[in-house]
Amino acid sequence: MTEKIDLNKAYLPSEEVVVREIEGEIVIVPLTSGIGDLEDELLTLNETGRDIWSRLDGARPLAEIVRDLEAGYDAADGLVREDVVGFLQELCDRRMIVAKDRDKD
Amino acid sequence: MTAKSYVRKVRSGEDRLWRASAPALARLDVELTERCNFACRHCSVGLPAGDRAARAREWPAARWKALLSEAADLGCLVVRLTGGEPALRDDFEDIYVHARRLGLRVMLFTNAALVTPGLARLLADVPPLEAVEVSVYGLTPESSEAATGTPGSFAATRRGLSLLGERGVSFVVKGAVLPPTRGEMDGLEAWAAGLPGLAGPVSWVTLLDLHSRRDAARSAVIAGLRMEAGEFVRLARRGGEAAVDEWREFCGRDGRPRGDRLFSCLPAAASAAVDAYGRLQYCLGLRHPDTVYDLAAGSLREAVTDFLPRLRERRAAGPAYLERCGRCFLKGLCQQCPAKSWAEHGTLDTPVEYFCDVAHAQAVAAGLLERGKKAWTVSDGAARAARRNGA
Ligand code: SF4
Ligand code: SF4
Repeated sequence: MTEKIDLNKAYLPSEEVVVREIEGEIVIVPLTSGIGDLEDELLTLNETGRDIWSRLDGARPLAEIVRDLEAGYDAADGLVREDVVGFLQELCDRRMIVAKDRDKD
Repeated sequence: MTAKSYVRKVRSGEDRLWRASAPALARLDVELTERCNFACRHCSVGLPAGDRAARAREWPAARWKALLSEAADLGCLVVRLTGGEPALRDDFEDIYVHARRLGLRVMLFTNAALVTPGLARLLADVPPLEAVEVSVYGLTPESSEAATGTPGSFAATRRGLSLLGERGVSFVVKGAVLPPTRGEMDGLEAWAAGLPGLAGPVSWVTLLDLHSRRDAARSAVIAGLRMEAGEFVRLARRGGEAAVDEWREFCGRDGRPRGDRLFSCLPAAASAAVDAYGRLQYCLGLRHPDTVYDLAAGSLREAVTDFLPRLRERRAAGPAYLERCGRCFLKGLCQQCPAKSWAEHGTLDTPVEYFCDVAHAQAVAAGLLERGKKAWTVSDGAARAARRNGA
């Protein structure tokens, strides 16, 4: 069972993926087994996905990132948060991002 | 912002990935060694495993790793590790892991005989992301070893396949239709279908290329193993008319004569191949001296952004080629290309009679050409090609 996305935590790309930027596209390539069903397929992010991904620095809590994004997108109340959490849950379920473990700092 | 998925999945190898510009290099073929632990008579490459002179000339791991890093910087997504037998190199795992850490997908071509429990575990834990392609030469030790020329090769390949299967590494089986194995196609397909880990149908090498290094004696042996054009058509029809429908489709995609265009075989996305000694070519078979770029004296970037594009502009001048291939509507079917011309004739632009015969036999079977007629002499070639699926 993967963990639930928590707005108080900071997230960063997992070491089980290699993230490449090629010709302006972010391409996420699994390194270890079991990261999604990606044989024959490549995973890329659209512009919004990229906007969110680029802020995952393992330092800022997700709630702060959501506030930042809310300022940049014209969307109904709560929608940005809902979208970001949904998107990151998808990535977390695929083991593509992990929560920064503060105890190890 | 809308509640949509922000992730796009694109099939590997599709141009749809690129919204702005495509990378300078999409795929790199790397021939890690010409040496092989098998001695297949039909092989267009293989040197003996113990060939010390070849081994001494091979690029060391450090150079391959630097080249792969350069390829990744150019946007390369897929690297094909081939040989000879790539796993013959002691540093194979090191090179493989480096490629995967760069975020490259790896196509591994192997005969699986050197797969150890350790290598199978590595391929399971750090998967190549493309099914491993395993050459299997026959259904019995006798037929198989008649093809590989190597006692024990049958059992070794089977052992390797079991190790891959046990670890859940996905692979596909490639068969070669050779005199000792020609009657085994159905049997091999049925056997392969029961293998754990098999990721797709058996693919067959049916039309053999001559020796790409132009060793005349080896080319003569390969020529003797080739099947007749009629036999090729008969085997393609084993499972019904799907193959013939596909031929019509191929032909219909582009039946316009190619004129003096030489490299009409080049795919849209850029790819390149590097031999075991660091010489870059457009593809591994294309070894004409004019078409080889020595990476020791240049860079991968220069090779793919300057050398290869200039090569692509090269025009055909051979009179027989211009008279025939230049006016032919069967190019969607025919395997004639500069690399085959090189292996066969030592030129880039001479028709290859064997592939010409096969393409004509296919066209007759597909109802695109009357028996005995030459494709380059018909005036309505493009219209015939466009008549897809017999419509
Ligand atoms: S296994 Fe492949 S590379 Fe090795 S000798 Fe046979 S055809 Fe050549
Ligand atoms: S069928 Fe013959 S003439 Fe036509 S392209 Fe092939 S080799 Fe050339």
